[in-house]
Amino acid sequence: MATYLEFIQQNEERDGVRFSWNVWPSSRLEATRMVVPLACLLTPLKERPDLPPVQYEPVLCSRTTCKAILNPLCQVDYRAKLWACNFCFQRNQFPPAYTGISEVNQPAELMPQFSTIEYVIQRGAQSPLIFLYVVDTCLEEDDLQALKESLQMSLSLLPPDALVGLITFGRMVQVHELSCEGISKSYVFRGTKDLTAKQIQDMLGLTKPAMPVQQARPGQPHEQPFVSSRFLQPVHKIDMNLTDLLGELQRDPWPVTQGKRPLRSTGVALSIAVGLLEGTFPNTGARIMLFTGGPPTQGPGMVVGDELKVPIRSWHDIEKDNARFMKKATKHYEMLANRTATNGHCIDIYACALDQTGLLEMKCCANLTGGHMVMGDSFNTSLFKQTFQRIFSKDFNGDFRMAFGATLEVKTSRELKVAGAIGPCVSLNVKGPCVSENELGVGGTSQWKICGLDPTSTLGIYFEVVNQHNAPVPQGGRGAIQFVTQYQHSSTQRRIRVTTIARNWADAQSQLRHIEAAFDQEAAAVLMARLGVFRAESEEGPDVLRWLDRQLIRLCQKFGQYNKEDPTSFRLSDSFSLYPQFMFHLRRSPFLQVFNNSPDESSYYRHHFARQDLTQSLIMIQPILYSYSFHGPPEPVLLDSSSILAERILLMDTFFQIVIYLGETIAQWRKAGYQDMPEYENFKHLLQAPLDDAQEILQARFPMPRYINTEHGGSQARFLLSKVNPSQTHNNLYAWGQETGAPILTDDVSLQVFMDHLKKLAVSSAC
Amino acid sequence: MNVNQSAPPLPPFGQSQPVYPGYHQSSYGGQPGSTAPPTPYGAYNGPVPGYQQTPPPGVSRAPPSSEAPPASTAQAPCGQAAYGQFGQGDVQNGPSSTVQMQRFPGSQPFGSVPLAPVVSQPTVLQPYGPPPTSAQVTAQLAGMQISGAVAPALPPVGLGYGPPTSLASASGSFPNSGLYGSYPQGQAPPLSQAQGHLGAQPPQRSAPPQASSFTSPASGGPRMPSMTGPLLSGQGFGGPSLSQPNHVSSPPPQALPPGTQMTGPPGPPPPMHSSQQPGYQLQQNGSFGPARGPQPNYGSPYPGAPTFGSQPGPPQPLPPKRLDPDAIPSPIQVIEDDRNNRGSEPFVTGARGQVPPLVTTNFLVKDQGNASPRYIRCTSYNIPCTSDMAKQAQVPLAAVIKPLARLPPEEASPYVVDHGESGPLRCNRCKAYMCPFMQFVEGGRRFQCCFCSCINDVPPQYFQHLDHTGKRVDAYDRPELSLGSYEFLATVDYCKNNKFPSPPAFIFMIDVSYNAIRSGLVRLLCEELKSLIDFLPREGGAEESAIRVGFVTYNKVLHFYNVKSSLAQPQMMVVSDVADMFVPLLDGFLVNVSESRAVITSLLDQIPEMFADTRETETVFAPVIQAGMEALKAAECAGKLFLFHTSLPIAEAPGKLKNRDDRKLINTDKEKTLFQPQTGAYQTLAKECVAQGCCVDLFLFPNQYVDVATLSVVPQLTGGSVYKYACFQVENDQERFLSDLRRDVQKVVGFDAVMRVRTSTGQSWLEKSRRGTKPGRETSGSCDICSPDLIPVASGIRAVDFFGAFYMSNTTDVELAGLDGDKTVTVEFKHDDRLNEESGALLQCALLYTSCAGQRRLRIHNLALNCCTQLADLYRNCETDTLINYMAKFAYRGVLNSPVKTVRDTLITQCAQILACYRKNCASPSSAGQLILPECMKLLPVYLNCVLKSDVLQPGAEVTTDDRAYVRQLVTSMDVAETNVFFYPRLLPLTKSPIESATEPPAVRASEERLSNGDIYLLENGLNLFLWVGASVQQGVVQSLFSVSSFSQITSGLSVLPVLDNPLSKKVRGLIDSLRAQRSRYMKLIVVKQEDKLEMLFKHFLVEDKSLSGGASYVDFLCHMHKEIRQLLS
Repeated sequence: MATYLEFIQQNEERDGVRFSWNVWPSSRLEATRMVVPLACLLTPLKERPDLPPVQYEPVLCSRTTCKAILNPLCQVDYRAKLWACNFCFQRNQFPPAYTGISEVNQPAELMPQFSTIEYVIQRGAQSPLIFLYVVDTCLEEDDLQALKESLQMSLSLLPPDALVGLITFGRMVQVHELSCEGISKSYVFRGTKDLTAKQIQDMLGLTKPAMPVQQARPGQPHEQPFVSSRFLQPVHKIDMNLTDLLGELQRDPWPVTQGKRPLRSTGVALSIAVGLLEGTFPNTGARIMLFTGGPPTQGPGMVVGDELKVPIRSWHDIEKDNARFMKKATKHYEMLANRTATNGHCIDIYACALDQTGLLEMKCCANLTGGHMVMGDSFNTSLFKQTFQRIFSKDFNGDFRMAFGATLEVKTSRELKVAGAIGPCVSLNVKGPCVSENELGVGGTSQWKICGLDPTSTLGIYFEVVNQHNAPVPQGGRGAIQFVTQYQHSSTQRRIRVTTIARNWADAQSQLRHIEAAFDQEAAAVLMARLGVFRAESEEGPDVLRWLDRQLIRLCQKFGQYNKEDPTSFRLSDSFSLYPQFMFHLRRSPFLQVFNNSPDESSYYRHHFARQDLTQSLIMIQPILYSYSFHGPPEPVLLDSSSILAERILLMDTFFQIVIYLGETIAQWRKAGYQDMPEYENFKHLLQAPLDDAQEILQARFPMPRYINTEHGGSQARFLLSKVNPSQTHNNLYAWGQETGAPILTDDVSLQVFMDHLKKLAVSSAC
Repeated sequence: MNVNQSAPPLPPFGQSQPVYPGYHQSSYGGQPGSTAPPTPYGAYNGPVPGYQQTPPPGVSRAPPSSEAPPASTAQAPCGQAAYGQFGQGDVQNGPSSTVQMQRFPGSQPFGSVPLAPVVSQPTVLQPYGPPPTSAQVTAQLAGMQISGAVAPALPPVGLGYGPPTSLASASGSFPNSGLYGSYPQGQAPPLSQAQGHLGAQPPQRSAPPQASSFTSPASGGPRMPSMTGPLLSGQGFGGPSLSQPNHVSSPPPQALPPGTQMTGPPGPPPPMHSSQQPGYQLQQNGSFGPARGPQPNYGSPYPGAPTFGSQPGPPQPLPPKRLDPDAIPSPIQVIEDDRNNRGSEPFVTGARGQVPPLVTTNFLVKDQGNASPRYIRCTSYNIPCTSDMAKQAQVPLAAVIKPLARLPPEEASPYVVDHGESGPLRCNRCKAYMCPFMQFVEGGRRFQCCFCSCINDVPPQYFQHLDHTGKRVDAYDRPELSLGSYEFLATVDYCKNNKFPSPPAFIFMIDVSYNAIRSGLVRLLCEELKSLIDFLPREGGAEESAIRVGFVTYNKVLHFYNVKSSLAQPQMMVVSDVADMFVPLLDGFLVNVSESRAVITSLLDQIPEMFADTRETETVFAPVIQAGMEALKAAECAGKLFLFHTSLPIAEAPGKLKNRDDRKLINTDKEKTLFQPQTGAYQTLAKECVAQGCCVDLFLFPNQYVDVATLSVVPQLTGGSVYKYACFQVENDQERFLSDLRRDVQKVVGFDAVMRVRTSTGQSWLEKSRRGTKPGRETSGSCDICSPDLIPVASGIRAVDFFGAFYMSNTTDVELAGLDGDKTVTVEFKHDDRLNEESGALLQCALLYTSCAGQRRLRIHNLALNCCTQLADLYRNCETDTLINYMAKFAYRGVLNSPVKTVRDTLITQCAQILACYRKNCASPSSAGQLILPECMKLLPVYLNCVLKSDVLQPGAEVTTDDRAYVRQLVTSMDVAETNVFFYPRLLPLTKSPIESATEPPAVRASEERLSNGDIYLLENGLNLFLWVGASVQQGVVQSLFSVSSFSQITSGLSVLPVLDNPLSKKVRGLIDSLRAQRSRYMKLIVVKQEDKLEMLFKHFLVEDKSLSGGASYVDFLCHMHKEIRQLLS
């Protein structure tokens, strides 16, 4: 058992891959009976300090339909200088550069420890990174000021040769020209009119035939490599200029009358940003960073009217089909997102407002292009400021933790096919021999585009075993999968990261134990959750829950040990034991429950859930609760109301929130000021400990969580109370008869009840 | 030529005028079709002895003989006397005679042919002559009586100057009659023959003065001959000397050296003459030169030259058959006379129906209850009582109104009356404003509206007792009760959206496309604007202008500038979405000059730099206007856009135009399309502009076709101006452009104006629907009082048609987004019902506008006219200049819808009808062959001809479509003075009068014949200014003017005279400056040398001559006109 855990961890460390099953059922039928599909979480750019990229290009299988990359799993004939592709079995000649290879002189890609390897492509012009700021000016004065400062600060974080551009919007949309001296110049667009990319480029003068007749003024230096240079300039050239420009930014000057929202043309602004980059730098790494302080209120993509008396849509409205603008707006942003994705650019959304800002409609912009989505209350909060700063954090090599315009290609050995992917990607619609007809997530292709990704971006990739039951895989056979990620590194190099993995096949009938033991319940939980969330985007909430429940019951039926119709006999092996609990919390999570969440919040949570790696995803599903007390060192405790004790300090990490909760007694002590008394220094330390730990988490996480410091009876305690398992409620408080813990005022079922039901259903023969 | 067609009718005329047929044939035989129809001449000459005599010298140029013929043939004492007098009188014959003399050999041949006619002439004439004379005398007497009452003041003038006006003639009948005789004019006695009779008597009286002049000519005589041919000269002079006695005054007016003549008779003739001597000589040269021109034309027609020669004696009388240009009515003379007669005394507007002095006369106006003629001029000050009469006369009843006309400093601008919260007092029914004509009744408690006769209560706060005459005691304390023009402060009811307007704004919109940059325009303009914005129009004594300014540049996109005072640097905002224009900024676009000066200066410094490298050649146009209009809308104010535009807007945008210039269309039915806008988009746009009170001034700098017809639609409909600088180059056109620009920016403008003209018997219909829809409009001031179901009252006359730069959304309200002191609206009236001779006809023009400071005001002009039951009264009180203004505008609008030919014919027909009606109803019976023109309209033919041959109606080959469209729209809003000089340019001899004389030299007639090659002339028509240099100008003159040593070294086409410190140079430059100061647009000077290429351009403006484009000469046209009239009469 331990071996499998180690194996899984080792694989994850090396390849950034976690499979739901680490031994694969060898037939299609068996695979479907496993309930949890064969799938993996892939972190394509997992940080590998120990993996220096090789400075040459990969060797490809010569079969045009295969083009797999030479990897350690290939059989190599050193004498004949041939290698056999392990996917299509094509025999390939080594290229001339490889003439010197031998058993002792192997290129890196043949060494087993290099199952993941990164190549640097030297070909092609390197184009600088592009950052296009799209800034809402309909902000409160201090908000705008804070945002301006953040933006000005960001200039210093950008690589000097990166291109920056600035678009501001309010009632109008202004594209600022950065190259001009003296007079600041901007192109202005009406915020109510959607323009095609062609029109935008025409209007920005980007479609001019390349510089007609240059002789006219020979005195002028002709350093205009791009027509677009007016709008996108290298940071080092114009940082002063841009700093001033940002400094002079004014709030949108158009008057907003009483009872109205400011007119905000987010839809057009984004459209112009997309059009600008589309016309000038297609297929070059670029970030469109949208900073908005409220919902779009006019033009295409408008989410709510400008009448304040009409509130922005809620889930209630959506269910009642009462959200007037939603469909149209969503369509607008989807269209933009798709265009952006096609061009290989990504869109970040930084939305800071107390009310909703239309993330529901705009989510696809970030989701489909791999952009970030950040939601905060104000630009004048550390949440935003630090999150934004963290975008530009650097890795151990001093490179930005961001990559652009990636394509992920998945190749499988012939017993497998690719069913789809869930993550910040769009389909490239590449049909191939390894594409399954059944779709899970974004399917029908073996290649996806991930326009923006960072070292933690993780995709769920789902497979289908296609091997027929009557054609068993030979004993000891292995299935292989190769992930090829081509991307633009933040150093502007083109790189290719290749991960090739193999797993054993096992006959599910004879070797079920084997397979069972190799089950990765964490990965499975996340992968199932992703499927559930993916469904939730398009299906009614209850349907998804039902589906999840049914899957869980089936899994329990399949892998549980029980006597029919005897719930008490039900047992699950260790490798499955946590799974139902994950599902319980998933059901309660904001990813599937919209109650008490605004549509924007739901979108925000789902966005992050669909791109974080396994650990973070698990935290999101089932928050972690630590307890600090005088009774011992900090320890994780059950996420249960029973853990809420008077003499404890609790630290909860839900990924999105860090909650520090002082138990009743602790809170009283603190109020009494014991921590300031030298004789109670230990109390002071106790109070400090969770703060330090929280700080640690805060430092590392992107986006920065909401930090909540509360105590027993505090209004903010609700964040904790809504997460813990309501083992004690006002309904069963006395039934339990215990004195510990805090009752939760809810009608939600507790884990105990859930498990009881699960057992009952699992053992029942009815289903 | 229509004229040609006249050939067939010849015979009939010939019969009537035995004399002339022969002549005509002889003269025109050579040119059968081509030039003037024989008939007209015959007709003309025949009846009017004056003409007969004059023609010879002028037309034939041979004819000093003219005097001779009368003398020789003169059988009838009276008639002959008349002839003699006239002949010479008109001739002023110093110059012409000399010419003739020179020509003589050539002209002799005429003699033979004419001979027969000559003989017959006298006979024929006499019979006709006598009868008319008696009739005319009576007529004259009648005239005297009538006019005598009117013009008591005039007699002295009349006596002194004798000739000029008809009134004068009436009063000072005898002395003047001679003069009149020479012209067909005289009110009553248009017949020259009749005058002849009169003249016969006067000669005696006038003899003394003449004697003086006589001597002088005598003295001149000898010299003259020496100059020219001896024999002829002798004859010629003899003639003149004889005739002069009769026409002491006559020579002066017509004479080329008019000034001298004027002075001559009264005072010191001899010196004058002597001083004139050189002048004469020069003239001789001058006239000689031009004489050559005509000669070839006429030479051929006169094949019979040899025969003419054979009869030296008689021939002289014969030649007269050709019309003498000096004998036909001369605009110069009329202008000069009016100037002399009426320029000295102020024009007091108290009496109803007074004809004001001509526009060319400098006079002061005293407002005593009627609006100054600077504000309103009418075609006639005596309106026929019935529509039948009006139809019969065909004289258009029109008023040319210039509501915001600038006044000379001596005249006070209209008083502003503040009636407080209740607003101006108005008639409850017809909404007419309180004016001096309102009758207070019932002891002052009520007043009766003079327009609709409605009895209204006088509000308590306005009550005042009446004096014994029924006048309010405070009448003279209140401008609205005692003056013709005044202003009311408007209340909020008169404002848009019931809000007082905010101060207007000026937006400068500058084309920065390649052409504009390359020509240097942008740099020049920006430099100028820096200082010009300090001179925005202010109201009264305001410290600084309330007007805000904004800046836009554009090529195929628009650049707005944020020049907010708080900015360190201006910000540019580019709007590329020209298809759907909008204003990208609100705050900081329109700014107060003094607050944002630094930013504005910085902007204007940078604009030329920013676009220095531009290669953008395409421009947009409609979106620019749209943008300006939207900006004003956003700022909720009225204002004016100054557009500086260079090229045809071909960039993809609304209002995109294509080059549709097609000369092939000229003279086809499709020609009108050249004047019509290409697209309706601009009309729609203009409508929006008007609704916003956005006036558009357009400065065009085209290098090629820009489709002025379309581009000027918006300026035209919004009360704006169009300026055009073809092939603009900074060096050459800078002065002109900047001067126009300065003037245009600085001039006082009223914004968001509505004008309404009410006429007596209140034709104000109040439609219920209008009231609610247009709050704040002029009509709706206090509608609540009026009864909603008001029935329109039968009215006397009613404004039915409007011409000018404005927009009308209904049939009564003239809407003007902007209105400045140069813009004129011509209003035509038609009869609705009978007018009352006693009460006359009243006009009230009310203009509601926003002043420069944003004050809402009403300007009221009142004018009372007489009504008549006699056609003669109508004709006696007409103003030809105004008539021409109306007719030109009417015709220029007509070309939009009808072929040009039709328009021309309509004009001619109408004019012929007017004159025929006069002839038929007012003139004393006379030979049908006689051309009789009413005194007030004697210039109608010459002016009409000028209109007919103007570029719009008869384009020459060198006139572009754009030029025509440009002129067309210019004329549309011209006032009377402008049309007058525009159609009949002023030609001023510079070297004739002594350098010391401070006054403007007297003008000469616009004909090549009047130019002497030893002189220098200035010609101006309000738009162009030429300095014509004769080939044999004295070297000294050349040196002192041009600083070069000889004629050949003068640069042709020069546009600036060197600044030299000598009297002549100073004087000429001073004169040029003063001419420019008189005109609303800067006239660029062009120096034209005789016989130079540029001279063609110059000759185009010699409107009495035949034009290259086929326009008839004055003489030819007069004949043609006569023919038309005769056709109508028969």
